Amino acid sequence: MNINATLFGQAITFAILIWFTMKFVWPPVVAALDERSKRISDGLEAAERGRQDYAKAELRSQEALNEAKARAAEIIALSEKQAQAIVQQAHDAAVVEANRVKAQAQAEMEQEVMRARDSLRDRVADLAVSGAEKILRREINAQAHADLLTAIQAEL
Amino acid sequence: MTESAAPSSSEYIHHHLTNLVGGTGFWSIDVDTLVTSALLGLIVFGFMASVARKVTSGVPGRTQAAVEMVLEMVQSQVRDTFHGESGIVGPLALTIFVWVFSLNALDLLPVDLVPLLMGSVGIGHWKVVPTTDPNLTFAMSLTVFFLILYYNVKVKKFSGFMHEVLTVPFGAKMAPFNLLFRLIEDLAKPVSLALRLFGNMYAGEMVFILIALLPAYLQWLLGAPWAIFHLLIITLQAFIFMILTIIYLSMAHESH
Repeated sequence: MNINATLFGQAITFAILIWFTMKFVWPPVVAALDERSKRISDGLEAAERGRQDYAKAELRSQEALNEAKARAAEIIALSEKQAQAIVQQAHDAAVVEANRVKAQAQAEMEQEVMRARDSLRDRVADLAVSGAEKILRREINAQAHADLLTAIQAEL
Repeated sequence: MTESAAPSSSEYIHHHLTNLVGGTGFWSIDVDTLVTSALLGLIVFGFMASVARKVTSGVPGRTQAAVEMVLEMVQSQVRDTFHGESGIVGPLALTIFVWVFSLNALDLLPVDLVPLLMGSVGIGHWKVVPTTDPNLTFAMSLTVFFLILYYNVKVKKFSGFMHEVLTVPFGAKMAPFNLLFRLIEDLAKPVSLALRLFGNMYAGEMVFILIALLPAYLQWLLGAPWAIFHLLIITLQAFIFMILTIIYLSMAHESH
């Protein structure tokens, strides 16, 4: 092994290579590595944020669902109440109508009865008159005894 | 090996461990070390720069992922060890790791391949693995050493640095001893960095050459395990050089 001027030549080569690495190799690669690690950490952060957002959204949707359920129950209760009221109303109306019909029928019946009684009374009067006629024959003049007949008729 | 009579073992070894030297004396140049290391540096760092130019922060392709893996390994070592503020430590560590690793990896080329190719174009010697040349390892470790000095002075100012040199660890009254200790400590850093890498790779290459001296039908028996083991050595030496550099620079940034 003998040391000679190669030493200087090699030192120069070495220095050039160090300068070259410092300028052209190290900075771009390190920059890319740093940027990638930043991107990865950003991505992880975004994923975490997304996860939290999802959990929040799930909570919100659960809340909305519960609210809708409560509202539906409310509506059902209300409509049930309304239906009951309608039924009650219809019932009442029916009762009123029935009473009305009954009353009308009764009135008609009474009228009928009255009419029947009247016609019966007329018939009886006629029968009485004709009976009396038969009994009394000639002695009785319808015109002459009209007052009497009317009186009898009224008594019936 | 050439068409002439087969060289003896020692000639063969000597041939494979001799640099292609231009010039004489201290001002001579190991052409093979310079050219191989520069060429490989150009290829490897050019490749990394081309990946870095098209780098995306989205889903990386396989090539980009591979470069990123290396860079992230270096970056995490720097982050764990180095707590100062310096833009150079990361790129420096990456340069050291990648360059030393790829230079060491030339060790896995068949020991005769490159000398044979070079011989065919008339070049007599070509030591393939530049990290088996102490000139390269010392060039790197001395560069690191000067960076250590530079950051010592930059962070602690000259007065703070001298204060540390003269008073640690025995206090101001023992200043000469402190200075001596500090000199030994600081000089040991580049020397150990350079010699560790050089020694490991030189010895590894030597073993490969010795295996190549075995009969052809026996070479796999030792060659394969040694090559597989060497994968570890290659990576480990590159890693050690890198991590020690980070540690030394981090020490330079902290006052005792």
